[in-house]
Amino acid sequence: MAHAAQFIICEHCDCVYEKVPLAKHQKTVCSRCAGVLQRYNGLTVQQRLALSITAAMLWLFANFYPVMSISMQGLKNSATLWDSVLALSQGPITFMAMVAAIAIIIAPAFQLMLLTWVLSFALAQRRAPGFKLAMRWLETLRPWSMLEVCLLGAMVAVFKLAGMLDVLPGIGLFALAALSLLLIRIAGRDVRDLWDLL
Amino acid sequence: MKRPPTASELNLCLCHSCGLACDMSNEPHRCPRCDAPLHRRKTNSLARTWAYMLAALAFYVPANLLPVMNTTLLGDGADSTIMSGVLEFWEHGAWDIALIIFIASIAVPGVKFVALSLLLITVQRGSDWARKERSKLYRFVELIGYWSMLDVLVVALVAALVQFQALGTIEPRPGILFFGLVVVFTMLSAMSFDPRLIWEPPATKERTDVVTH
Repeated sequence: MAHAAQFIICEHCDCVYEKVPLAKHQKTVCSRCAGVLQRYNGLTVQQRLALSITAAMLWLFANFYPVMSISMQGLKNSATLWDSVLALSQGPITFMAMVAAIAIIIAPAFQLMLLTWVLSFALAQRRAPGFKLAMRWLETLRPWSMLEVCLLGAMVAVFKLAGMLDVLPGIGLFALAALSLLLIRIAGRDVRDLWDLL
Repeated sequence: MKRPPTASELNLCLCHSCGLACDMSNEPHRCPRCDAPLHRRKTNSLARTWAYMLAALAFYVPANLLPVMNTTLLGDGADSTIMSGVLEFWEHGAWDIALIIFIASIAVPGVKFVALSLLLITVQRGSDWARKERSKLYRFVELIGYWSMLDVLVVALVAALVQFQALGTIEPRPGILFFGLVVVFTMLSAMSFDPRLIWEPPATKERTDVVTH
């Protein structure tokens, strides 16, 4: 039997295919269930590392600057992502504060730390210490990282409040917008390529 | 119809963590490349999916009936549920925002309940009806999964912002806890479902490890 690493198994229906090199904009699709098998990703390790560091900076901006501020009859108030997690932590709904904290702060932070760690070593053609663990955590964290939902939520909040008071989007909101788009690009399934590269 | 060989026919198993096609001739318990546990099928997939989904369904009732937030403006307090929030936007002419919230908070969980039940029942009956479409349906459920978190995050942000003591405050209410639990449990339910069961012929369901090369 040929070496197993050259095969690709459809995760939706268990069909086995041989891996093929892809050109730009190409993807391979399972002939039985139409699920995507491979997708072309043009980013080099260097580019991915650069984008991860950029995203880490944006994370700092998104977390330390207010997402938006409001004013009402001369009174002003602003809120960061952490403030909104704290707002949930009061009363009987504390558990939701934890879920929200994971979804919008902790999971993205860990994703970025792990990516930067793994990619900096990959730049030197080496597997980082704890490579296996880091890669498995990147898989586990992905579904729980919900920054793009948070971005839409912030926009809905702007409209919700705009009716009764003045709303000003803050630096945090713009950082959040850029960060959520970047994360989709760099923290997706393509990280799995590193298994073959190193 | 001619189809490619399946992993069990070649005695391979997909590693869900790193995507490696693992050779199962020595029955390894862990992926040789990334050490993640290997399963030919997700463990107890059907029972777990049902359990998580029914739990989510139970939480869906208080999530929609209980208030999700309380708005106090100049001493006048008012509780609002998710549906009343949607209606408020609708009445003020912001039909687009009303639609976004309605889709994310009410339609998406509803669609997930229907879709997951459909998938579970057809798999349990060993049906070979519309397999490709059911596979697509599952991928759709996975894709829309976490967007329902929208309302939780909106309430969190709004409650953090509007804190003007006497003039006005907004506070979260227990409904949002149940609502968040609906989202978490439907996500867990979708993750527990094994889409490969859709393609399994009823006869081979019992014997999964007899193929040798």
